Amino acid sequence: MQETKKIRKKASIPQKECVACGCCVKVCLLGAISIYKGIYAQVDTDKCVGCGKCAKECPASIICVAETQEGQVK
Amino acid sequence: MKQKKKWYDYLWIVSLTYLVLGFFNILFAWLGMACFIIPLVISIVKGSKGYCNRYCGRGQLFALLGGRFGLSRKRDMPKWMKSKWFRYGFLIFFFAMFFQMLWNTYLVFAGAQDLKQVVTLLWTFKLPWHWAYHGTLFSDGVAQFAFGFYSVMLTSTVLGVVTMILFKPRSWCVYCPMGTMTQLICKAKAGACKKEGLR
Repeated sequence: MQETKKIRKKASIPQKECVACGCCVKVCLLGAISIYKGIYAQVDTDKCVGCGKCAKECPASIICVAETQEGQVK
Repeated sequence: MKQKKKWYDYLWIVSLTYLVLGFFNILFAWLGMACFIIPLVISIVKGSKGYCNRYCGRGQLFALLGGRFGLSRKRDMPKWMKSKWFRYGFLIFFFAMFFQMLWNTYLVFAGAQDLKQVVTLLWTFKLPWHWAYHGTLFSDGVAQFAFGFYSVMLTSTVLGVVTMILFKPRSWCVYCPMGTMTQLICKAKAGACKKEGLR
């Protein structure tokens, strides 16, 4: 029997480049993104379905939606 | 599925009204101080960028014009524009220009300089703006500050509109001096809290 691994797409945001403007938070329908202490945006990978709306909205274009395994970006 | 709009999602109307009022009576420019004081107070007191995230009417205006009205190419902005160098550099430049404006205001207050009824766009172009000045009950300095402050607001709006058209709708947010400053305050605050926790 072959073991199948679930591969899902999730958004990931590099902390250092984020300006914490909150555009991604506004556009996320699932409320999966929050701004951590006014410093950067963070994604709740349990909620994120990888729709890519935030990546499209991000004015700095720093969000990438990539395949992940068990919540970790490869 | 659509998120329910809150009262603060309509603050773009306030921003737009502010810009329009400046064409009728320059003294309304003083109201723009709110865009400086509120984000600072929120970041200092709450340690959050709540202003950018929720209440910034200018950001909403850009999102509306660039997004729904389709006035944006929606391209990625160049790398240098989102670099720390540019963001902090622009903040410093913006502050230098702001203090120069305050100095000019002081000179008018002190009577060393006459009131100049002009709005300076992009720190260079002097636009005649006498038609929006109908005298002031206070010192001429009060009016000079209004002209100077409106210049700051109009200049940043023009820059924001240009980058909105060229890049993403809210490109301004990446290099907005207030955004950069409030983020720095939040960083400092979070760092200080961490230190206190260690003690």
